Amino acid sequence: MTLLSVKDLYVTFRTESGIVEAVRGVSFDLGRERLGIVGESGSGKTMTGRSVLRLIRPPGRIDAVEMTFDGIDLLKISERQMRALRGKRIAMVMQDPKYSLNPVMRVGEQLTEGLRRRDGLRGAELHRKAIAALEAVQIRDPERVLRAYPHELSGGMGQRVMIAMMLIPQPDLLIADEPTSALDVTVQAEVLSILDGLVRDRGMGLIFISHDLRLVGRFCDRVLVMYKGRVVEELEAKHLMQAQHPYTQGLLNCLPRIGGDRGPLPGLDRAAAWAG
Amino acid sequence: MTLIPDPTPTRRPSRAARRARTAAGLILSLVATLLGLLLVTFFIGRIVPIDPVLAVIGERATAAQYAAAREALGLDQPVWMQFLIYVRDALTGNFGTSILTRRPVMEDIARVFPATLELATIATIFGVLLGIPAGVVAATRPGSWIDQLVRLVGLAGYSMPVFWLGLMGLLLFYGILGWVGGPGRLDSGYEMMFEFDVPRVTGMILIDTALAGKWDIFRNAVSHIVLPAGVLGYYSMAYISRMTRSFMMNELSQEYITTARVKGMPEWRVVWVHALRNVMVPLITVIALSYATLLEGSVLTETVFAWPGLGLYITNALFSADMAAVMGGTIVVGAVFVFLNMLSDVLYRLVDPRARS
Repeated sequence: MTLLSVKDLYVTFRTESGIVEAVRGVSFDLGRERLGIVGESGSGKTMTGRSVLRLIRPPGRIDAVEMTFDGIDLLKISERQMRALRGKRIAMVMQDPKYSLNPVMRVGEQLTEGLRRRDGLRGAELHRKAIAALEAVQIRDPERVLRAYPHELSGGMGQRVMIAMMLIPQPDLLIADEPTSALDVTVQAEVLSILDGLVRDRGMGLIFISHDLRLVGRFCDRVLVMYKGRVVEELEAKHLMQAQHPYTQGLLNCLPRIGGDRGPLPGLDRAAAWAG
Repeated sequence: MTLIPDPTPTRRPSRAARRARTAAGLILSLVATLLGLLLVTFFIGRIVPIDPVLAVIGERATAAQYAAAREALGLDQPVWMQFLIYVRDALTGNFGTSILTRRPVMEDIARVFPATLELATIATIFGVLLGIPAGVVAATRPGSWIDQLVRLVGLAGYSMPVFWLGLMGLLLFYGILGWVGGPGRLDSGYEMMFEFDVPRVTGMILIDTALAGKWDIFRNAVSHIVLPAGVLGYYSMAYISRMTRSFMMNELSQEYITTARVKGMPEWRVVWVHALRNVMVPLITVIALSYATLLEGSVLTETVFAWPGLGLYITNALFSADMAAVMGGTIVVGAVFVFLNMLSDVLYRLVDPRARS
């Protein structure tokens, strides 16, 4: 069953030096599966993710032939209806908890904001749900974390709080935009496995945005490779090594391997034709 | 024998101990700053080409009288001794006698400062209550007509001279429309009533009359303070709204704002709760400084509105070379700045958890 369907998505910014097209005709369908979007900086992967939430700020604008979520036309519904979707059914985890958590609010206040404002929960039940959400992301001392401010948490802890916060309303679709890029390598694996476990258990659809092709290959079912606002290749994760497109091959080859030869890493050869 | 180091971890000081240390640091820096302030005013007092002895005894005194007065003032002592005497006097509130009013400077200041304090406080409340919302609304709709309007009103506030604005205000609202009271803090009839019927508690008419339950005098005082407080508040608002707008623009581009939107929070909550709490952090300093500037006493406003405040007092003292009064006033202004700075430091810690640890 298709959860999200995007056809011919364009994201454009009207700037003083002309129109910038960040996303140029991206199409994909997503079921309750894990889709990876890979590309270098500026390839339009983040903009693609944020378009689904309609969170492109002016002067940016979103155009598409079709963008539906569970039968709902995301291009047509009002801002109020969109807000109802955002809190409840589509969520997003961002790159760096240092910036994505409000620095002057206690974790507990941010975490339970949706439960308080939307579901009207108070008191013991609110507290129980907050603790459960933190325990689900394997935080051992949830009471302390609830009282803490974001700057008192490590990056890994912060990102777990972020994941817990986004998963509280049990969304159907989670967009994870470089969720581990800002974390230490040792913590990355832990946070990824927590995310992976929750996505599997709850049967969510996942859009996993990353610049790390191998990571995405391990973690996702299907991969879109983006370059300059377009999808240049779409393939099953298990067939990643048989990638046809020279850009994808380039991305694969430019990563160092433990035990590999120590020569200079190949840079990306860019052919003008890829940009189309 | 063992080479393993003692495993007892060094204990983190308790929260109370850390608070006490922070407070001690604040007080220490307060004392040091005030001492520096006294040092500066002391040397200014030595440098100005006005002979403090002549200022007291007049120019026709004999040499013997001169020498006696010089000794009485302690001016025959070495400079460091003079400074110690100066610090002692300042600490006991003895700033000498004003040659203009023939009263102790401290008494004069206790009379004029509440007038300025009352005016500056109400002006700042005006400025904050109007400036913050205006700045926030402008920041959420950059380039819109409302943003342009806020900018225009602010620009006018910056560029119109206060005496002109004050005079025009008096002409229109007092002279033509008669909506407000005229210059001064009270109508002259009420002034006598205030003098004799109202016990002096703070020296601020609004507070003292309210405490005494003299609501007719209170109302008259309100009608007098509205216009000068409005004029000063307008400047304060112009400044605060500009700063709020720029701080708010900056906060609204942060990632935690996107987080709040992803959570489905309505836009008013994103702006007025998530962003504004962060905007308050730098804004506290801005408000404190603008308040301190007003407390210094706005000479022009106080002149136009015949407001017997600190600015008018110091200016008059300066024109009559009344150095004791000038120095006393300067120390009070300096102390107000130091105190407000410390207050904004403390508030800053309350608003920003990062500044606490």
